[in-house]
Amino acid sequence: MFLCRVKGSVTSTIKHKSYKGLKVLVVQPIAADGKDKGDSFLACDSVQAGPGDIVLAAREGNTARQILGTEDDPLHAVIVGIVDSVTLRSE
Amino acid sequence: MKLAKVIGTVVATRKDKSLLGCKILMIQPLTDEMKSSGEAIAAIDIVQAGPDDLVYWITGREAALALSDTFAPVDATIVGIVDSVDV
Repeated sequence: MFLCRVKGSVTSTIKHKSYKGLKVLVVQPIAADGKDKGDSFLACDSVQAGPGDIVLAAREGNTARQILGTEDDPLHAVIVGIVDSVTLRSE
Repeated sequence: MKLAKVIGTVVATRKDKSLLGCKILMIQPLTDEMKSSGEAIAAIDIVQAGPDDLVYWITGREAALALSDTFAPVDATIVGIVDSVDV
């Protein structure tokens, strides 16, 4: 799973039917210290996350399908949780 | 799942029979700041996207699940045309 910051959302009317009613959010992967790490990507929301939230995103279809859809929905990335805090053991 | 811009089309007459009738587009993956994010690739289009459309697409096993033949040898499929990106 990826620790990400929600940057915004994507609206789309012409799409595959299993995306109907799903919120698509733009998420930016971040390191544990909060700095951006890598390119932003899209994920379907399942926990009512909003812009600015720190979330956990899974980029794996089986997870997305079990959470959001049925066995044969073409869903790939899903937000699975909103993070309250991240604590690191100092080395 | 990423954003991408449609930059071209691919025509292939000799191909796997399960790809018959599939529209193949060339897409350039993008970040939300419209910066290119990875190499341009060929993806199957199921939403009738056209040149210069901003789309979102998926990879992996799920890309084939978007097609009528769910065991087609496809690993990238365009699943939506973007109206707006609000960041």
